[in-house]
Amino acid sequence: MSTLVEVRDLVKTYGEGDTATPVLKGLNLTLDTGELAALLGPSGSGKSTLLTILGTLMKPTSGQHLMLDQDLTSADDRELTEFRNRHIGFVFQFHHLLPDFTALENVIFPTAVKAGRETAAARARGRELLDRVGLGNRMEYLATQLSGGQKQRVAIARALMNQPELVLADEPTGNLDRESATQVMDLIGEINRQEETSFLISTHDERIAEICRRQIRVLDGSVG
Amino acid sequence: MLYGLKIATRYLTANKAQTGLLITGVAVGVFVFIFMSALIGGLAVFLVQRTVGDIAHVTMEAPSRDASALLPENSGLLIVRQRDTTQLELLRTADAFIPLIEATPGVSAVSPQIVGNGFLVRGQATAPVGVTGVQPDKVSAIANIGRNIRAGSTDLNSSNVLLGTSLAEDLGLRVGQVVRLRSANGLELPLVVGGLFELGLDALDSRSAFVSLSVARTLFDAPQGISRLEIKLDDLNQAENYARQLAADTGLEAKPWTEGNAQLLDGLRAQANSGNLIKGFALITIVIGVASALLLSTYRRRPEIGIMRAMGATQGFVIFVFVTQGTMIGLLGGLIGAGLGYAALSPFPLPEVAPQGGLPIDVRQGAYDLAITLTTIGAILASILPARAAARVDPVSVIGQ
Ligand SMILES: Nc1ncnc2c1ncn2[C@@H]1O[C@H](COP(=O)(O)OP(=O)(O)OP(=O)(O)O)[C@@H](O)[C@H]1O
Ligand SMILES: [Mg+2]
Repeated sequence: MSTLVEVRDLVKTYGEGDTATPVLKGLNLTLDTGELAALLGPSGSGKSTLLTILGTLMKPTSGQHLMLDQDLTSADDRELTEFRNRHIGFVFQFHHLLPDFTALENVIFPTAVKAGRETAAARARGRELLDRVGLGNRMEYLATQLSGGQKQRVAIARALMNQPELVLADEPTGNLDRESATQVMDLIGEINRQEETSFLISTHDERIAEICRRQIRVLDGSVG
Repeated sequence: MLYGLKIATRYLTANKAQTGLLITGVAVGVFVFIFMSALIGGLAVFLVQRTVGDIAHVTMEAPSRDASALLPENSGLLIVRQRDTTQLELLRTADAFIPLIEATPGVSAVSPQIVGNGFLVRGQATAPVGVTGVQPDKVSAIANIGRNIRAGSTDLNSSNVLLGTSLAEDLGLRVGQVVRLRSANGLELPLVVGGLFELGLDALDSRSAFVSLSVARTLFDAPQGISRLEIKLDDLNQAENYARQLAADTGLEAKPWTEGNAQLLDGLRAQANSGNLIKGFALITIVIGVASALLLSTYRRRPEIGIMRAMGATQGFVIFVFVTQGTMIGLLGGLIGAGLGYAALSPFPLPEVAPQGGLPIDVRQGAYDLAITLTTIGAILASILPARAAARVDPVSVIGQ
C-alpha cells in the first residue's frame, strides 16, 4: 500500500482576534490507498473541518496538505477545482443532488462538467454505477422523486463517477434509518473491497465505525 | 460549453412560471421599445409628408448673376440693381443635365419648370397667381396633384390650366370654364380650367396655377431654357447630401428642402430625443428586471452551486451558466416582444396614407433588430452581477446546511 494523503501540522482557526476559534491544532494524518477509515470524535471536534480541508474545499490556516505527491497547500482555485474533479469524490449528509436533474444526470455530472458535454461513454458508466448501487430502475427519476436512502446511493454513484482515489463522506448515514444506513455502508464496503478507492467516513455511529478497518479519532484538535 | 447550455436551459425550464413571467416582462419592455420607435418614426414620416410631401426635395436654379461682375473689378462705381421679378433667369444648359440627374441613383423624379408671376382675370375679378409650367407627364411628380384632384383631370395641353380649389372659388370658376392668364411680362392667354386640386397647402391651393411647359414659354416669353429643376428623392433625409453633390456636379445652385424648414427639423429632433428617452427607460427596466430575477435565482440555488463547485465545476462554468440564462431570457423576450410588436403594429395604416387624426404608426420603423440586439446585450450585462455572485458561492458555507 502506498501513501495517498498526508497532512502535517495542520492548523485551522476560524475567525480572527477575539472570536478566533482554533479547531485543528497541529493535526498529523496519513491515509493509504485502498483504506476504509472511520473518522470519529465528539460533536464540534473538527471532523467536518478536516474533511473539507482534505477535499480541497477550504485551505488550512497553516500546515501541509499532500495528496498523490502534490502539495495542495499552495495550489490556486482553478488547480484545486480540477484536482478534486479528478481525484476526490464527496458524499454529504444532506445528499445535495441537483434537484432539477435526473438520477443519471446527477451521477455523470463530474465527467460532463470536465468534458463540457455528456458523452455516451459517460452515460454508459453512469448507468453501470446506478445499477451497482441498486437504482437501475430509477435512472430517469428526478432527484426530488427519490427517497433519502436512494438519494444517498445516487450520491455515492456520483462520487465514484470519475474513479477518484479518495472518497470523503461526512456522516453519509446520519440522515438515514437503520436499514438504509446498513445498505449504504454495505455498498461502500463492497466498492472499497473491489476497487482501490480509499474512503474516509465521519460518523457518530459506532456500528458503522466497526465496519471500517481503521478508526481515526479526532480529539482536541489532533488525532488521538 | 454545450453542457453549460444544458444546465442553463434546465434551470430556466425547471421553473416555468417564473421564467415565463420574466420573459413576458422582457417582451413587454421590447414591445414598448418597438412601439415608441414605430410611433416616433411614423410621426416623423407623417409630419414630413404633410410638410414636405408636396414640395421639391432639392431645387436647382441658375446661380444669381452678380451685376458687378459685368464691370471691371474696383471700378469705383457703386451699382444698385433691383431684382427683376419678371426677368427669368433661365437655365439654358439644363437639357444637358436632366438625363444625368434622372440617372442618379436615389433620384425619383426630375421636373424642369418655367415659373413666373401673373394674374388670373375673369371679367372684373383678378387674382395674383404663381404660374408653374411643367411637362404634362410630370404634373404630379413634385406636388401630388394627381392624388389630390377634386374635379376634372390632370391632363395638361396647350390650352388649359389647373387651379387650386380655393383660388377657383374666389373667382367662381368651375371645370370647363375659360379664364384669362396674364403674365407679368404683359402677355395674356385664354385658358380652359382643366382640373381643380386641393393639396392642403394654402400657398398652393389659393395662389398657384399649373400650365404646360409650352404655355409657360409663351406667357413668359422664354422660347428656350427653363427657370428651375425640381427634384424628388427616394430618401428625403438625404436631401442635403444630394444638393451638395448636384451643385458640385453641375455648377448650379441646389437648395435642399431642409433649408427652409429648420423649425420642423428641430421639432423632429426633439421628438426623437424624447422617444429615445422612453426607449432607454424600457431598456433599463429590462436590465433591472433580469438582474433581480437572476440574483434571486442565484440565491435560491446556492446549495446546488456549492455542490457543483465541489464536484469540479470551475467558477467560469458557473458564470457561463448564469450568463447563458440571461442571454436566453433576453433573446427569447426580445424575439417574442418583437413578434408581438410587429403583429400589433401591422394593422395600422402607413403614415403616408394614414387618415387625419389617426395614430401615425410606421410598422417599418419598429427597429426590431435593434430592439432584440439591445435587449440581449442588456440581459447579458444584467446577468453578469448575479453570475459573479454565483461563482463566488463558497461550497463550504452551503454543504453543511
Ligand atoms: N465557518 C465557521 N466559522 C466559525 N467557526 C466554525 C465554522 N465552521 C465550524 N466552526 C467551528 O469549528 C468547530 C468544529 O466544527 P466541525 O463542523 O468541523 O465539527 P464536527 O466535528 O464536524 O462536528 P459534528 O460532529 O457536530 O458534525 C465547531 O466548534 C464549530 O463551531
Ligand atoms: Mg460535522
